[in-house]
Amino acid sequence: MATALRIDNLHKSFKTGFLLQKKTILKGISLHVDQGEIFGYLGPNGAGKTTTIKCVMGLIFPEDGDIKLFDLPHLSLKAKERVGFLPENPYFYDYLTASEFLRFYSQLFVIPELEKEKRIEDILQLVDMKKARNLQLRKFSRGMLQRIGLAQALLNNPDIVILDEPLGGLDPLGRKEIRDILVRLREEGKTVFLSSHILQDIEMICDRVAIIVNGEIVNQGYLQELISERILFTEIIISGLGKSDLEELGESLSTPGGKILLKIHDEKKINSVFRLIQDRGGKIHSLTPRTETLEDLFVGMVKKK
Amino acid sequence: MKIKAIALNTFREAIRDRVLYLLLFFALASLLFSRLLALLTVGDRVKIVTDVGLAAISLFGALMAILMGTGLVFKEIDKKTIYTLLSKPIHRHQFLLGKYFGLVLTLFVMLFLMTVIFFVIYFLHALKIEWSMLIALFYIFLELCLITAVALFFSCFSTPILSSIFSLAFYLIGHLSWGLETLFKKMSPGIGKVTARILYTFLPDLENFNFKTEIVHHLPIPPQILFFSTIYGISYTVFVLFLAVLVFRKRDFI
Repeated sequence: MATALRIDNLHKSFKTGFLLQKKTILKGISLHVDQGEIFGYLGPNGAGKTTTIKCVMGLIFPEDGDIKLFDLPHLSLKAKERVGFLPENPYFYDYLTASEFLRFYSQLFVIPELEKEKRIEDILQLVDMKKARNLQLRKFSRGMLQRIGLAQALLNNPDIVILDEPLGGLDPLGRKEIRDILVRLREEGKTVFLSSHILQDIEMICDRVAIIVNGEIVNQGYLQELISERILFTEIIISGLGKSDLEELGESLSTPGGKILLKIHDEKKINSVFRLIQDRGGKIHSLTPRTETLEDLFVGMVKKK
Repeated sequence: MKIKAIALNTFREAIRDRVLYLLLFFALASLLFSRLLALLTVGDRVKIVTDVGLAAISLFGALMAILMGTGLVFKEIDKKTIYTLLSKPIHRHQFLLGKYFGLVLTLFVMLFLMTVIFFVIYFLHALKIEWSMLIALFYIFLELCLITAVALFFSCFSTPILSSIFSLAFYLIGHLSWGLETLFKKMSPGIGKVTARILYTFLPDLENFNFKTEIVHHLPIPPQILFFSTIYGISYTVFVLFLAVLVFRKRDFI
């Protein structure tokens, strides 16, 4: 599959403080994003996600390393024509209305004059902002700004969309809407690169992920390959039994309503639990096997680092 | 085309800024004040109106250029609007030039408004229009273009307050540096003379754009001086803009 974005051995450090001490942020990042996939870029705060994205967008200059967009140098205008970008906590010209803002940005691309207005209409429809078109951006809520931010990123009908924390600060409904738009973009054959620390969202929509910790990629690959199908433990909610009866079988916790939550790490012990419940006349309310999640993988990686 | 889009947006930003109207109000108040001063003067009252009027336009124009020019790029970086703008297919110098021309357009419009009011006041006083004043106004505009470039240059790497102080210093030094020229001409040869000469060569001389006295007193202005001032203004502005682009091209937006 053709590569949309390729980053090779990216290094970046900043000089901070009065004595201009060197602080290394990126220590040799290498990754590639294939065309037509949603790629998740994960990492704790301060790991270097935004710095990587800023390097790709040409907002900061790396000390070493190479960045290619569709095999073109990332700073070339040809490459930029094919990219859409939404920064973290976007803020736009608050004295402009939504449609003035999109019209201004549309002039920075090579879009035929006749097509511009139609494109703006379509985009406003896509992000459900048609009713706010004549409202100044200063009156926008956080969710609305995020949507208009996504609108400006999609204005040029880009082949790759790069989004820095696009789901941060949104309510569950807003997050779902943005997720749906991203999935639709993938269906249209576009590539999506997004950074986030909201792992459930990444798990729901991403094909591949890379985990960055302390300026280094610690793991990358297809989600289903990274997360094992292995059952980590089984949670059973039981009533009619005492906590002391279950001590030897696993960790037990009292839950509201006099029920007990039993966490069993050894699968073989599950049958013993069933027998015990039958013998004592207890009741099983639920049984949930817990497989590894992206969160487990992420927490494990960060801790190990 | 891209520079034009950015310039027009900058113009829109500037004219929706309240600070501009505050300055415009004070400029107009000063123009009216010239009328009051004229009433209190014995002698040629028209000269007072012309002199105070042109000085007010020059001063408030410079204040507009400095206050807006220094905040222009900084605001984009501070509010992070520059992130999305520079991710579009534009070069960094296009962004900077767009900002510059947007501001020059704003200043042109402001200068035009002030000129119209000034001419009305002048007409009420003298019952005629002195078109030669347009020469002085043209060179005021040229000076404002240079000051804008300087303000933009400082705002590429400094905060608005510091940039304003630097630009104001540039304006003041520029209007006083002619003293250095007089000094080195009168000094006896030596290190002092050479130092004064070098300083004068590098410091701006904004008095090159000041034709107020000649216009007020109807003195002849040799065409070669006008030509020299135009070339001086344009080349100094281009040089400062070039420096600004050099600084801006390699800047990291953290």
